[in-house]
Amino acid sequence: MTCTEFLAQLDDMLDQDAAIPLRADLQEHLRECEHCEITLNTTRKTIQIYRSHELYELPDDLRERLHNAILAKCRNC
Amino acid sequence: MLLVEQTRQGDMAAYEKLVKQYDRQVFRIANHIVQNREDAEDVVQDAFLKAYQKLDQFQGNSKFYTWLVRIAVNEALMRLRKRRTGRMVSIDEDVETEEGSMPRDLADWSPDPEAMYGQSEMGDILRKTIQGLPPGFRVVFVLRDVEGLSTEETAETLGLSIPAVKSRLLRARLQLRERLSRYFKRGQGRQAQAQVGAK
Ligand SMILES: [Zn+2]
Repeated sequence: MTCTEFLAQLDDMLDQDAAIPLRADLQEHLRECEHCEITLNTTRKTIQIYRSHELYELPDDLRERLHNAILAKCRNC
Repeated sequence: MLLVEQTRQGDMAAYEKLVKQYDRQVFRIANHIVQNREDAEDVVQDAFLKAYQKLDQFQGNSKFYTWLVRIAVNEALMRLRKRRTGRMVSIDEDVETEEGSMPRDLADWSPDPEAMYGQSEMGDILRKTIQGLPPGFRVVFVLRDVEGLSTEETAETLGLSIPAVKSRLLRARLQLRERLSRYFKRGQGRQAQAQVGAK
């Protein structure tokens, strides 16, 4: 398997549960190719980091202000 | 679905519950697209107002949440367009770039990149990095990987084909990975932190 062939499967590997073992031919490529191993691991980490950080927190006071504005507009429409 | 039905019958308390259930997500998505706090606030208001007005058109064969997200994404793209007057902004913009189709920076990351930076620095890095993506990639990544919509739901929400969603998602993930490597590389650390404020 070439790196290009491996990377073509990257999507599926990222979307599948990390606990499920990878297909045997993919595992074999990973064992001998450090580049693809790094790419897989760091891309997985990228997704996980974005998922676990709240980048745009909605503060309580703003939240309340928005609720009031939304409901007032809905009542008047 | 019960709340939707109750709202249709004029129960404002039911709609308030729906707003409370989804406001954080809509605010987050709006911010990711417009990248400006005031505009994001307007998007949240307009999206919930529009959803309320169009509730009769909601079919119930998709989830209320994905239906709402579609309204919010359209509102947000419209804002973005308005702000950059004269420039068309669509989810098709800038997606022809070749960047990120093949990984270049292949240095491994430090074992625990999140320990390298403080909470607020980390937030700055992540925001700055994702803001650098073209809107058409950004929105796919946010819906699919941050908000957890399925590929099918993302496609339906954005009016894209499933292969288009998949290819954009892969490119977005690889571009983000590539850009984050600058900060998270093994042996990186204090000197990379200086760049956080710079670029
Ligand atoms: Zn390889």
